[in-house]
Amino acid sequence: MSSLLEVRGLRKSFGGTEILRGIDFSVAAQELVFVIGPSGSGKSTMLRCCNRLEEPTAGHVFVDGVDLMAPSTDINAMRRRIGMVFQAFNLYPHMTALGNVTLALRKVLGKPREEAEAIALAALDRVGLKEKAGNYPSELSGGQQQRVAIARALSLEPKIMLFDEPTSALDPELVGAVLGVMRDLKAAGMTMVVVSHEMRFARDAADRIVFMADGQIVEQGTPAEVFGNPQHPRAREFVAELSR
Amino acid sequence: MTGLDRFRDAFLKPELIERYLPDILSGIAVTLQIAVAVVVTGLALGLALAVVRSYGYRLVNAPVIVFVDVFRALPPLVVILIVYFGLPNLGVNIPSFAVLWLVLSLVLAAFAEEIFWSGLISVRKGQWDAARSTGLSHWQALISVVLPQAIRICVPPLTNRTIAVTKNTALGTVIGVGEIMNQGTSAMSLSGNATPLMMAAIAYVAIFVPVVALGSWIERRFAWKKA
Ligand SMILES: Nc1ncnc2c1ncn2[C@@H]1O[C@H](COP(=O)(O)OP(=O)(O)O)[C@@H](O)[C@H]1O
Ligand SMILES: [Mg+2]
Repeated sequence: MSSLLEVRGLRKSFGGTEILRGIDFSVAAQELVFVIGPSGSGKSTMLRCCNRLEEPTAGHVFVDGVDLMAPSTDINAMRRRIGMVFQAFNLYPHMTALGNVTLALRKVLGKPREEAEAIALAALDRVGLKEKAGNYPSELSGGQQQRVAIARALSLEPKIMLFDEPTSALDPELVGAVLGVMRDLKAAGMTMVVVSHEMRFARDAADRIVFMADGQIVEQGTPAEVFGNPQHPRAREFVAELSR
Repeated sequence: MTGLDRFRDAFLKPELIERYLPDILSGIAVTLQIAVAVVVTGLALGLALAVVRSYGYRLVNAPVIVFVDVFRALPPLVVILIVYFGLPNLGVNIPSFAVLWLVLSLVLAAFAEEIFWSGLISVRKGQWDAARSTGLSHWQALISVVLPQAIRICVPPLTNRTIAVTKNTALGTVIGVGEIMNQGTSAMSLSGNATPLMMAAIAYVAIFVPVVALGSWIERRFAWKKA
């Protein structure tokens, strides 16, 4: 299988309501896929099913050929290969930036303290925040917090990174640095799925745009195709709204 | 006799203080032992129940919730009397101090479970998401990420509740445990004077004021930098 992430027949219901209504899509190694769509269309739920933070009601998710739904799969071992970045950063407030990054290195990978700290510092350096290692989240700006969160995921050497609206909680002047880090990741060959409405970034960094509406993928293609000449009425409406 | 002397002889008569000091001291020793035992087992059991509840298995949680609600509702005295006078009829004989320890531990555990639980659910769900997404197990996320944040919120109510429940060691007097209150009341009947009870009161203050201080110290220790 050449695709790094493969989602097949994914369905998810909350209570009696079906939120994801049969999603099929795949992401090739080193590809950057952008997921867009109206609020409530199921983008976050879809992303969270890709590491089973949300338990799919039906369907399969394969990461690097491993079936995440298989009972024999060690989900914790797989999750560290699937980095996730959240809209609200979700840094641990009682730990420094360094502590945030070393936690999983020590608890999940069992690295001794010195080695974990060396890896964490390298990861913080990659996002330009090595000198903030000793700071607590409350002492960092939103943009810096999000970059620490990216370092936390990166330090575990994920095969794929999932971003759920990584810049939408940020003040406009802080967005650039976070997108810059994502650009560097792309350049370094990271495979990424990004839920975001940063259109400029999508246009020049995304390999493919996936458009979701009402729990389904209704259109996908290159940025030029989806933004320039959307086919589905919902996509046309959405793109028109965005470019106003 | 001046008014002050009369007051002194009614509440703090020197020769009675001297006569009953050994009794009160032995009562302090008993109260302290039972109180420490109750705090340790009560808080540990309360925390354990809250942790079990965090796994969210409905079949396990139902009895936990019933236990918590029942023991928060019952006056401890009722439970103490039922256990002490009821169990021997089943052929189970538990010494009175053990009854006191067991019942107060269960009562403290019930309140502590509720406090720990509300602390756990006050931590934002995103903290679980972040921890689990990096591969931490439920247990690891709980221990390293969620509990440290929850405990901070729990310390003040836990301190209050712990003091309230351990003060109930005084109920041991009705089943003959030789704790402070028991020593104080028997000395009072013998001497016909309130002095032993005043000594008991002073002993309680001496024991529980440091506990309050310990509570605020722990509270400070669990605080972390805030912007
Ligand atoms: N844990 C949940 N329980 C119930 N409903 C949920 C839950 N999570 C999401 N939903 C619902 O699923 C729908 C899709 O949500 P979401 O995936 O967050 O959409 P998007 O990210 O595209 O805005 C929404 O209607 C939301 O209310
Ligand atoms: Mg969302």
